[in-house]
Amino acid sequence: MIYSEKVMDHFMNPRNVGEIENPSGVGYVGNPKCGDIMQMFIKVENDIIVDAKFKTFGCGAAIASSSMATELIIGKSIDEAMALSNKAVVDALDGLPPTKVHCSVLAEDAIERAVFDYRKKMGLLSQQEIEETQARFDAEDASDEDHGVELDA
Amino acid sequence: MSNRRIYMDNAATTPVRPEVVEAMLPFFTENFGNSSSVHAFGRNAQQALIDARATMAELLGCTPNEIYFTSCGTESDNWAIRGTATRLRNKGNHIITSSIEHPAVLNTCKQLEAEGWKVTYLPVDKYGIVSPEDLEKAITDETVLVTIMWANNEIGTVQPIQELAKIAHDHGVLFHTDAVQAAGAINIKVKEVGVDMLSISGHKFNAPKGIGCLYIRKGVRIDNIIYGGHQERGHRPGTENMPYIVGMATALKLAYEEMDAKTEHLTKLRNHIMDRITAEIPYCFINGHREQRLPNNVNVSFEYIEGESILLFMDAKGFALSSGSACTSASLDPSHVLLATGLLHEQAHGSIRISLGRDNTMEEADYLVDSLKEVVAKLRAMSPLFNK
Repeated sequence: MIYSEKVMDHFMNPRNVGEIENPSGVGYVGNPKCGDIMQMFIKVENDIIVDAKFKTFGCGAAIASSSMATELIIGKSIDEAMALSNKAVVDALDGLPPTKVHCSVLAEDAIERAVFDYRKKMGLLSQQEIEETQARFDAEDASDEDHGVELDA
Repeated sequence: MSNRRIYMDNAATTPVRPEVVEAMLPFFTENFGNSSSVHAFGRNAQQALIDARATMAELLGCTPNEIYFTSCGTESDNWAIRGTATRLRNKGNHIITSSIEHPAVLNTCKQLEAEGWKVTYLPVDKYGIVSPEDLEKAITDETVLVTIMWANNEIGTVQPIQELAKIAHDHGVLFHTDAVQAAGAINIKVKEVGVDMLSISGHKFNAPKGIGCLYIRKGVRIDNIIYGGHQERGHRPGTENMPYIVGMATALKLAYEEMDAKTEHLTKLRNHIMDRITAEIPYCFINGHREQRLPNNVNVSFEYIEGESILLFMDAKGFALSSGSACTSASLDPSHVLLATGLLHEQAHGSIRISLGRDNTMEEADYLVDSLKEVVAKLRAMSPLFNK
């Protein structure tokens, strides 16, 4: 398996590693059983993501996807960040091997969850929206299928 | 990036030794004959075949007629298992193996299951050792074959083969062992351990890839899986791969001649690496048995981090290692061997295998541990699971 130079650069020299003190929102996705966990911290000012940091347990592609995702959302509005797809992360990394595409999905999900956390804290969501979204996240966590992970039968 | 290249993945494959290449070369050019031909070219090839078979037999402690050359370890495993199963179909339809076999054995057994055979996959203890009592209990009137690997490719655990073979024989059942990792590393004498069949692969002991052999004890009859001419007394047809056969015999001879010195050297490096890692890197543990293991194998799990990341950073420092992580496989499942020893998925994801070779030095062993310390700390600083 061969990673692109971009992936190797972001893996060997990951950008924005760490945590943000008093973050506006935090997203946590994945589970140790699958071998990938991503934690995304965002700092929001005037609806703009002014800083993002991550911590990741995972393979080279997972770390590179996290690093690239933080670069892609810093300076963006909340809506722009929410519109970021896993494909945009893959493209920015000059591609990922097919078995590693799920790592980019994880990055997309981590951003979505961080934004959800921010909007929830800011009182921007109705109780119904909160409950529905949380239920969807819980279902994703339970199924693992969104990340392309095949668990033992 | 380091310019050094330090190969510590000898369980995957080994380089062909110059002496082996030297011995092979004439069989590509001037001695290119087909051993079946009556002319001088054929006779030369036939003599080399006789000599190589005799060398293999002498080293393994059997007669030349019990050695069958194959294309690789996987073919040998397939032949031993399927050939026995179909031959003894009328006697019974049950095969016993272990849960930590190489895919060459596991997937042959799974295919036979799909074709109607019953297979028992024996569990292992936390060190990866099969219990003789478990084997005894699993044998039924229907059992026709027990196949258990001599030494494990991932964690290096060495099974009590002699004892396991005896239990099979006490019940009148044939015993095969996949000795692909053991050959060249352990002083195998087939008659002493009493196995009926034994698989070997050349490229694990400095012969080329694409050559193997199956020992079949005299008196044991198994079906062919390949049909054709009279080669290997009709049991494994196909024109003999003379350069590779000569290469494998030469490599095995060198391995046996140097075994004591090599074992001492590798054991010293292995123990030094295990001792330093466990003493100097927190939150890690050795997989496999401390003593009942191949002299060149170290397998360690580092908690809170993932194996492929370790391999990539170690590669940048010049090291060639491997991992039981799902992320190095296409299936995304972590190593079935590590899970069978009771590891959690996340612990299996964080494992790496170091398999030493004859050329590795103590300086390289120290550089390995120093590099691992740095890489593990770097990855843990990035890990959301590590809050120490």
